[in-house]
Amino acid sequence: MMTATEFRSLFQNGLNKQNAGLVQLLGLCPLLAISNTLVNALALGLATMLVMVFSSGAVSGVRNFVPHEIRIPVFVLIIAALVTVIDLAMHAYVHRLYLVLGIFIPLITTNCIVLARADAFASKNHPLHSMVDAFAMGLGLTLVLVVLGGFRELAGQGTLLSGINLVFGEEAKQFVLHVLPNYQGFLLAILPPGAFISLGLLIAAHNWNKARAEQRAHAAIPSPA
Amino acid sequence: MPAPFILDRSSVTQVMAWVLAALLPGVAVYVWVFGPGILVTLSLATVTALAAEAAMLKARGYPVKPFLTDLSAIVTAWLLALSLPSLAPWWLIITGTVFAIVVAKHLYGGLGQNIFNPAMVGYAVLIVSFPVQMTQWSGPIELTPSSLSFAQSAAVIFGGDFPKAALDAVTMATPLDTLRTGLLQQLTIDEIMPKSIFGQYGGTGFEWLAAAFLVGGLLLWALRIIGWQVPLAFLAGIWLTAGFLHFFDAGRFGAPWFHLFAPSVMLGAFFIATDPVSGATTPRGKLIFGFGAGFLTIIIRTWGGYPDGVAFAILLMNLSVPLIDAWTQPRIYGGSKRNGKDPSA
Repeated sequence: MMTATEFRSLFQNGLNKQNAGLVQLLGLCPLLAISNTLVNALALGLATMLVMVFSSGAVSGVRNFVPHEIRIPVFVLIIAALVTVIDLAMHAYVHRLYLVLGIFIPLITTNCIVLARADAFASKNHPLHSMVDAFAMGLGLTLVLVVLGGFRELAGQGTLLSGINLVFGEEAKQFVLHVLPNYQGFLLAILPPGAFISLGLLIAAHNWNKARAEQRAHAAIPSPA
Repeated sequence: MPAPFILDRSSVTQVMAWVLAALLPGVAVYVWVFGPGILVTLSLATVTALAAEAAMLKARGYPVKPFLTDLSAIVTAWLLALSLPSLAPWWLIITGTVFAIVVAKHLYGGLGQNIFNPAMVGYAVLIVSFPVQMTQWSGPIELTPSSLSFAQSAAVIFGGDFPKAALDAVTMATPLDTLRTGLLQQLTIDEIMPKSIFGQYGGTGFEWLAAAFLVGGLLLWALRIIGWQVPLAFLAGIWLTAGFLHFFDAGRFGAPWFHLFAPSVMLGAFFIATDPVSGATTPRGKLIFGFGAGFLTIIIRTWGGYPDGVAFAILLMNLSVPLIDAWTQPRIYGGSKRNGKDPSA
């Protein structure tokens, strides 16, 4: 059904080569807006990933029945229905986190990366492949969100996992890591410019890493004498 | 010897050396009016800027020595240090300087490539991130109960044990802070202005500082290192905007003289807005750039969230430079009136 090579290449694309946040630069609106703390970033990343996996599976399932001309409205309806499910579920079970994330949960519907995977991959591939692809892409986005959220929270207020009590209740407050005690706080990192600067640095690091890998691959090929 | 036979003052090092020399009257008056704390700030910013510059040059694979000795990093450090509160803690100075050199200068491509003035980026980062520490100004010596020696200033800046009461005795709100607080308390300009901090024009001591920067700026203009367009248009922007508001409601808007001689305007007009890299390049563009910066300064001072607006105004105008330059391309002699367009079209 699915070979190991296919499986690996889907994950390589999602996590590295075609990473939604660092390479395709899709879905930047929630990425920049919600990456101010680790918990927020992780929550939105997981919600987006869940929507992506199920929407890709559903889109792939109906791909042979949807006329080409009206595929986008159909895909958007499927995605919107799934986002509504996530939205209501979060409203019910993690209500305080839901209040913090606010409009950005319904906005997953308009996240480019969700529709991009539905249209570019799921509408042309088998449901299993599509779901694995969506999972890999969603994981790549979540990882970027987590790194960005962790970095901004650490630089901005010197803690990690603050706000975890919004998910697990008041007793979870002890899990908040005060990495830098007596930290003055660096407001810029939490404010919107901090999101742009941090993402820029992250993309630069990714490109630098890529360039070095290419250089090494180049050096490994012996030059003809 | 080929023409032109005009003394060339255009090498980067020479220009930067003159800018530093032109800042010296300002530094001298600063020490005289506010005490020697600024010397600690200047030295710390200079050392940090040189270290950050050397590290970035090395990381980017440039030869370190020729670029490090072109003095441009020191100019950035001095402009930032002169904008900071004179008793700012050491980590504030280092953070601002490192941000200015590493992010605003080198990540944008180094000297000649930065779209924003590095010193102003450093200042904006600090005022946005650390509003409390950015208000620790030592007051003019003639108004404060006591003043600090060089060693005491260093002790405050490096966070040694310094009694809070002694610190309170030497710090004061700046004129612009006082104005802002007064207006927020529904006082009128006439009720605020008699306070001793305001002096004759721009604030006791501050007006002397402004005059010293004006002298230094005129020196740079006399040497043709800066043109007249940006400073004149900047001051005109301040004067006309503040004058217009003051004319309509003198009770709510400060006098144009006050805004001209209040802290930071002269420094901004002659030393920061005239940055040849991040400023407009065409003659008409320079006028628009300067006027816009002056106009925005008054708008931000009056309705913004921070007491002073020079840094934000200059950064906003830096952002508009590509547009201004594109609009104001001078007509080439003999060319069509419409820029770059075929007259027959």
